[in-house]
Amino acid sequence: MFADFMLRALAAGIGVALVAGPFGTFVVWRRMAYFGDTLAHSALLGVALGFLLQVDPLLAVMAVCLLVAVLLFFLQRQQRLPSDTLLGILSHSALSLGLVTIAFIDDLRIDLLAYLFGDILAVGGRDLVMIYLCGFFALGLLLVLWRPLLAISLHEDLARVEGVRVDLVQLAFSCLLALVVAIMMKVVGLLLITSLFILPAAAVRRLSRSPEQMALLAAVAGIAAVCGGLYGSWQFDTPAGPSIVVAATLIFALLQLVPLRR
Amino acid sequence: MSRENREDRSESEALLSLERICLIRGGRHILKNVSCRISPGEIITLIGPNGAGKTSLLKVALGLLKADTGQVRRSAELRIGYMPQKLVIDRTFPLSVARFMRLTGRYPEVQLQQTLEDVGAGHLLDARLAELSGGELQRVLLGRALLRRPQLLVLDEPVQGVDVQGQVELFELIGRLRDNYGCAVLMVSHDLHLVMVATDRVICLNQHVCCTGSPEAVQRDEQFLKLFGPAILPHLAIYSHDPQHRHDQCPHQGCNCPTDQEGEHVR
Repeated sequence: MFADFMLRALAAGIGVALVAGPFGTFVVWRRMAYFGDTLAHSALLGVALGFLLQVDPLLAVMAVCLLVAVLLFFLQRQQRLPSDTLLGILSHSALSLGLVTIAFIDDLRIDLLAYLFGDILAVGGRDLVMIYLCGFFALGLLLVLWRPLLAISLHEDLARVEGVRVDLVQLAFSCLLALVVAIMMKVVGLLLITSLFILPAAAVRRLSRSPEQMALLAAVAGIAAVCGGLYGSWQFDTPAGPSIVVAATLIFALLQLVPLRR
Repeated sequence: MSRENREDRSESEALLSLERICLIRGGRHILKNVSCRISPGEIITLIGPNGAGKTSLLKVALGLLKADTGQVRRSAELRIGYMPQKLVIDRTFPLSVARFMRLTGRYPEVQLQQTLEDVGAGHLLDARLAELSGGELQRVLLGRALLRRPQLLVLDEPVQGVDVQGQVELFELIGRLRDNYGCAVLMVSHDLHLVMVATDRVICLNQHVCCTGSPEAVQRDEQFLKLFGPAILPHLAIYSHDPQHRHDQCPHQGCNCPTDQEGEHVR
C-alpha cells in the first residue's frame, strides 16, 4: 500500500528527527533558537549559489551555512552589537540575498515553496545517504562535545576556569548545527527547521531526569512527529513538512498535560 | 598558621599577584592601577559599592578578562576553584547535583559525598540541581570548587541570596575550609560587617584600591568611610577618625593608561 516515495520520506524524516532531537536539547538549553533560524534562512542563499555556480545544492547549502556559522561566531565575540540584532541582520539579509539571486537566474524556474516548506516526498536515494552520513557524523561529534557543552550551558566562565576550551567547543557546535540544518532543509524546509529542534526538546524537558534522557526522548518525540505528520499528510492530502510540524506541536501540547512526578 | 607567618612568606611565593592592573571599557576605567598579591592560606575580601569593579577584578585574576595594562602573575600550575556569582538554571534543567559536580572532571562517588559533607550539603548528592534553595546551591557550588583541591578559592559573592543567619554560617564555613584544605581565598562581598569575621585582609575597591589592611584597620580608614558614607557607621563596632591619613599617600594616585588621569570620558 505504501508507495516507495512514502518509505523514503519516512526514512528521511526519522533520520532527521534522530539528529534534531539531541541537537535541539542544546538549542533549547543554550537559547539558540534564533541562531538556528539564521542558519536556516541563509540556506536559501546556498541553494541560489548552487544553481548559479552549478554545484550540488546540498553541498552549496552546507558551505554557506558553515560560513555563516563561523562568521556569526567571530562577530558575536566582538560584541559590537547585541546578539539578537546581529542574528536578525544576518538572517534576513541572507534570506533576501538568496531570493534576489534566484530572481537573477533567468532560465531557471525553481520551486521556491519546496525549499521554504520542504519536499520530503521527493527525497531521493542520494538524499537519504547524505542525511544518514552527515547525521551520524554530527551525532558522533556531538557525543565527544557532550560534557563540555553541558558545562558551558550551565556557566560559561566556570567552564572556562575549569579548563574547558569554550571557544573551540562553541565553534564546533555551531558548525555541526550548520551541517544538521543543511540536511534538514529537504525534510521540513528552511522556514520550519527550527521547529524540529525546539518542539521535541521542549515537549519532553519536563519529563526528563537527565540531559541524556532528554536528548533521547526528544529524538523519540521527533520520530513520532514525523510518523504522525506523514500519516496525516497521506490521509488528508496536506503538505508534508508543515504536517510534521503540526504533529510535533500536538505532541508538545499533549505532553504538557502529563502531571509531573514529585 | 598565624598572620605574621603568612606575610613573611608572601614576598617570595605569592600564589597570584596583580600588578598595576588597568581595565578600560568604553573609554572608562573599570579598574585603575590595582595591585594585590595573594599568599598561600590567606583570606582576602574585596569590598566596595556597586560598580566598583569587584567582579571585574576577579575575572582579571581568573584570566577571564584581559587587563589593558599591568601584569597578572600566577605561581606555576596554580589550581583555582571558582564559585561564580550566580548560576541561572532553568527550573526544568534535568541535572542532578552529582552530575553537576562531575561535569568537568571525574571524581569517585566517595569524594563527591565527602566534599559535599565538608560544605554541609551531604544530603544533596542525588537532589536535582534546579530544585535547590539559594543557600543549598551556594554550598554545592562551593563544594564543586573544592573538588579540584585548589590552592586558591575564588568566590564571587558567596553568600548572595542567603539569610543573615545563613551568611554567618557560610563565612565561618569558608574560614574552616581554608584551614582544612589549606587554600587561599579571594572573595567578593557586599556585606561589610559579617564578612569581617573570617577575613585576614580587606581590600576596599572603587575602581582603584581605596584602602587595604586588616578588617580593624580598614574600618578606621577615612577612605572606607567616604566610600560607604555615614550610613555604615551604626554597623561598625569600631570607629575612630584617623587624623594621620593623607590622601597624597594613597597608592592609587596616577596611572599611565591612554585615558586621562581623572577618570573622565575620553572618546
